Amino acid sequence: MKPMPELVAQDGRTLAADHPESPLAIAGMTVSYGDKPVLFSVDFVTPPGAMLAVIGPNGAGKSTLIKAALGIVPRVSGKVTVFGAPWRDARHRIAYVPQRASVDWDFPATVLDVVLMGQYREIGFLRFAGARHRSRAMECLERVGMQGFAHRQIGQLSGGQQQRVFLARALAQQADLYVMDEPFAGVDAATERAIIAVLKDLNAQGKTIICVHHDLATVQDYFSHVLILNLRKIADGPVSATFTPENLQSAYGGRLAVAQIDRIAVG
Amino acid sequence: MNGFLQALLLQAGYNTALVTVGAAILGASAGAIGSFVLLRKRALVSDAISHATLPGLALAFIIMAGLSGDGRWLPGLMIGAGISAGLGLLVVDWLTARTRLAEDAAIGAVLSVFFGAGVVLMTVIQTLQTGRQAGLSGYLLGSTAGMLRSEAQIIAIAAAVTGLAIFLLRRPFTLVCFDAEYAAVRGINVRATDLAMMGLLMAVTVIGLKVAGLVLIVALTIIPPVAARFWTDRPGRMVVIAAMIGAVAAWLGAVVSSLDRGLPTGSLIVLFSFALFVVSMLLSPRRGLLAGIAHRLRFQGLVHERQGLIALARAEPIYDSQTLRRLKARGWIRPDGVATLKGRAAAAAAQRDEARWSLYRNLHPEAAAGSPSQGIRPLAEVLPPDLIADLDRRLGAGSDFHEVRI
Repeated sequence: MKPMPELVAQDGRTLAADHPESPLAIAGMTVSYGDKPVLFSVDFVTPPGAMLAVIGPNGAGKSTLIKAALGIVPRVSGKVTVFGAPWRDARHRIAYVPQRASVDWDFPATVLDVVLMGQYREIGFLRFAGARHRSRAMECLERVGMQGFAHRQIGQLSGGQQQRVFLARALAQQADLYVMDEPFAGVDAATERAIIAVLKDLNAQGKTIICVHHDLATVQDYFSHVLILNLRKIADGPVSATFTPENLQSAYGGRLAVAQIDRIAVG
Repeated sequence: MNGFLQALLLQAGYNTALVTVGAAILGASAGAIGSFVLLRKRALVSDAISHATLPGLALAFIIMAGLSGDGRWLPGLMIGAGISAGLGLLVVDWLTARTRLAEDAAIGAVLSVFFGAGVVLMTVIQTLQTGRQAGLSGYLLGSTAGMLRSEAQIIAIAAAVTGLAIFLLRRPFTLVCFDAEYAAVRGINVRATDLAMMGLLMAVTVIGLKVAGLVLIVALTIIPPVAARFWTDRPGRMVVIAAMIGAVAAWLGAVVSSLDRGLPTGSLIVLFSFALFVVSMLLSPRRGLLAGIAHRLRFQGLVHERQGLIALARAEPIYDSQTLRRLKARGWIRPDGVATLKGRAAAAAAQRDEARWSLYRNLHPEAAAGSPSQGIRPLAEVLPPDLIADLDRRLGAGSDFHEVRI
């Protein structure tokens, strides 16, 4: 086993292929909207079994990083591997939880329909969802406390409940890597606790979790690793070594008061 | 009337029956693909596609008339219409992707330019002396009168094949319509899926030109799905119901137009599908207007019950006659206004729920403000059990919230 972040090659070209055990390895990734780069030459290797927060100021490219890594947004350059394979071949091992805003909540679908979408692969192209799929979907709903809502239309739920349903859909995929885009945005405190409990449980089973996260105050409680971004990678590694005042200062600059940084950062 | 019944039950001759069945299959396919297009929020694209068929149709006619003297061969016309519709679709796509034009503006531009070019070509055809142009105008508003048996067969078979393709692609269609980004991560090629969706929409449009007409076919891909949305909150069912509505409307339209040669089939189909839409809008038990009124009345009743129970719990007098009526009807008070045992239990439960609600409003003001029937329905119907347990823990730790005074 190679030691992880120390091996980051500065040119980044061979990095991703060198880490077959990493759930998500990114080498030299640049993403731009039009001529404006939103991420520049990011190298990053997710340690297996990490509970990772992607943090950075607004517009730092946090969501873009995961969207580009998962092939939702085109990359200008860079290479991505998922468990050592090109992401095309390993994407069934990824469960993606998008931001709530990306969905039309008036869509004719019940909570159960949404969770069943997570089992798209097993149900198959042509067959209909059977009792087995439905009972698995109900199990996943139970894990997020939503079993009583299976037949509600999704638009009738609160923001926190919608997020729980998205998490249940991800659980239904039985993936090894969970990638979540701001799962706690617009969510009540009890739902945040419920979600983090499920994530910690998954993490204890050896699953890797990557969350785009904006609440710096909870980083130390929730996560084991952190990736700090602002257009470029600022720092990455275990929270205890990386979530430092210096790194936060260089990512957020004047956007965080010094007193604030001292309160939330390590050491 | 007798003729209508005969035609309705396919007893008015083999040709009429074949046309009717073909129209119904077409209506079903149009309703099904229309549902997905509507959910993808691209309903207007079908308008651009259908109008863009006209120049291709006219050119195909001119070419075939020049070659053989008869320009009315249906498969040839379909191919011409398909090519120009595909071209129109590509232009809409290109304008949207490569310029700053929004899709609705691109649709408007393509629709009018292609249709205008088509009308010019149709005028040219009218000046031609050959080609047996009679009946070509039927493609504008749809006409099944005098349709050849082979034409009806082509329409029926092509529509059935299209319907089958829609069935096979239903899963990627649903995922892409709901959340294209999630679908992409799951390994669905969103661009290819969109292309397939638009391709099938185009196929339905081209197949339906003769029956529904290019000006009106768009109604067959939009109205049935919108009507179907009233009846269900599930994606698969919406597609099936839209297909059924489309089939019934097309069936009736074909039957009625077979009774009198003057009635254009397309207009009749549109009117029938609109009638089904109105019925759906009024009568749907889920989202219909009448259901909405009933829901409001039920909600009003709930409010009166809730207010009455809380008044009972606080031993306050109740004056509102409707409240008294509801409480009596539920067996919560006796005719003299004294609470029954059942009424006291209900009042205590309402009081407890009221405490939960007020704590919930304190702790999560935004979530509470956004939740449906705030403070009227039991909170346990609105929140997941762990949140309820959390609220109850806090309430228990507090003071005597559970105390009920009667």
